Amino acid sequence: MTRILMKGNEALAEAAVRAGCRAYFGYPITPQNEVGEYLSRRLPEAGGVFLQAESEVAAINMVYGAAGAGARVMTSTSSPGFSLMTEGLSYMIGARLPCLVVNVMRGGPGLGNIAPSQGDYFQVTRALGHGDVHGIVLAPSTLQELVDLVGLAFTLAERYRLPSVIGADGILGQMMEPVQLPEPIEPPPPPAWTTTGATGERRIISSIYLEPEELEQHVLGLMAVYDEIRAAEPRWEDDRVDDADVIVVACGTTARIARSAVDRARAEGLRVGLIRPITLWPFPTQAFRRAPRRWLVVEMNSGMMIEDVRLATGGQAPVEFYGRVGGVVPMPGEILEALRRVAAKEGVPA
Amino acid sequence: MIQVAGRPRTLLDVPMHYCPGCTHGIIHRLVAEAIDKFGVRERTIGVACVGCSVLAYNYLDVDFQQAAHGRAPAVATGIKRVLPDRVVFTYQGDGDLASIGAAEILHAAARGERITVIYVNNGLYGMTGGQMAPTTLPGMKTTTTPSGRDVRVHGGPLRITEMLATLDGVAFAAREAVTSPARIHRARRAVEAAFRAQLDDRGLGIVELLSTCPVNWGLTPLDAIAWCEQHMLPAYPLGVMKDTSARLDARPSPGKEPVRAAA
Repeated sequence: MTRILMKGNEALAEAAVRAGCRAYFGYPITPQNEVGEYLSRRLPEAGGVFLQAESEVAAINMVYGAAGAGARVMTSTSSPGFSLMTEGLSYMIGARLPCLVVNVMRGGPGLGNIAPSQGDYFQVTRALGHGDVHGIVLAPSTLQELVDLVGLAFTLAERYRLPSVIGADGILGQMMEPVQLPEPIEPPPPPAWTTTGATGERRIISSIYLEPEELEQHVLGLMAVYDEIRAAEPRWEDDRVDDADVIVVACGTTARIARSAVDRARAEGLRVGLIRPITLWPFPTQAFRRAPRRWLVVEMNSGMMIEDVRLATGGQAPVEFYGRVGGVVPMPGEILEALRRVAAKEGVPA
Repeated sequence: MIQVAGRPRTLLDVPMHYCPGCTHGIIHRLVAEAIDKFGVRERTIGVACVGCSVLAYNYLDVDFQQAAHGRAPAVATGIKRVLPDRVVFTYQGDGDLASIGAAEILHAAARGERITVIYVNNGLYGMTGGQMAPTTLPGMKTTTTPSGRDVRVHGGPLRITEMLATLDGVAFAAREAVTSPARIHRARRAVEAAFRAQLDDRGLGIVELLSTCPVNWGLTPLDAIAWCEQHMLPAYPLGVMKDTSARLDARPSPGKEPVRAAA
């Protein structure tokens, strides 16, 4: 199969069109601008719709309208823009509308900078909006995986009628790698619940349930879907964990860097391994049944996924943290240093 | 036998939740009549706003989406762009359209979205209990302007339909009132024209309808109508501000070379 050297944002955009996405609404923000630029040319060619919105607030609400009208639809943004989309995401979850939102995360808080970050981990896994909200969150670590997860993101969004989020970081958006693109598929016809004109029984898309008992039933229904997703969709990768005394937990780009550190630590004789969550929500709790002497969570943020690791491991071994913030990317040598420090601690055999 | 009056097909025969004397019921009927007149009920999608008309979908027998506060024009854009042969309208109050949703209506209008906007202006936030809106008249008492709206503090009324009428993307813009049978008749024509602008693929059509809020104005329904005539109409002049129906040939010619920005 042919592999093509592509930039992450463009590979993502092309993968979306090939996955049957026929509508994109977005607003410019670095470091994900190539997604919209690429789709402004590519989607009309494919018979789809590209529209640059006046804001991320408008963009996500255009996505709401198009999803409700039966389109396979997406938007992309970066951290400050994602904050603005959380209002619309809550309404989409409340109204059970599928879509793909890509967050190519950058340094924060506030305007921060345009360098790579994982600082929106809490926002994408716990705070997609107000209310009892969750959506499926996927974290690719290579461009090939990014391309492969786009199709899965649409499939899962439509299967569960909830938004899917791809949580990438600025490195994945900006770097180039060879990718093998999927065969193009046509989007499915609009499902029966979409508002395409009331030729039969009319359809209403809404997130309002004024009676508390009615809203409770609605949220209980959402919670049942969340449980179904938690049971069926966790995804992760392990690497050399069977005999590991210390297991590194990292996702996205950070996991690639951590893997280099694990290689070097193994070469020094340290028994270390790596768990890489691919779904950040649902968090792959099942991956944490092993009991190493210590865990080391490595993130490009102030320590967020570490809370999920603590919850998943239930305190059976200490959970240590190494992170860089502000858009600084950790080097393999720094993670190796952290591994050596953790391996030298009490309870880890020499 | 000729039937001269009756319930429009699109208006559902259910009790409305609106307060006694509220004019939403009249305006719902005008929208239903226009949809029936053009025979587009089965290909119409409505977008409800946040405000008293949040439940408009309970009364109009078309497919509906309920939007976040102020975002109805963006939701309508999303629907219309992926289903260009459908008829899409928003039904919005003054807090929704002129305050929190000012950006969304402005840019939908600037893009010339082929949607129809029914904009109901009663000069305050009805559903939340009568707070000041951008449309509140100077001196008007509301629950957040207990001494009356002071223009030095809160600014003056926002005449947003006039602003929108200046945009090239707007094909029809008018303000009417529903305070008398004669005015309702004019309002009916304006609502139809705002739908026709969409059906003719000319651009966005907007009708602002001056409405009453007897409960939050603290007036009886009849006094509220008189107050609207006496105070709202001078501040919000009625009439058609823009109508491109007479200049169908004024559309830009297709196939024109795109203008490239200088590098």
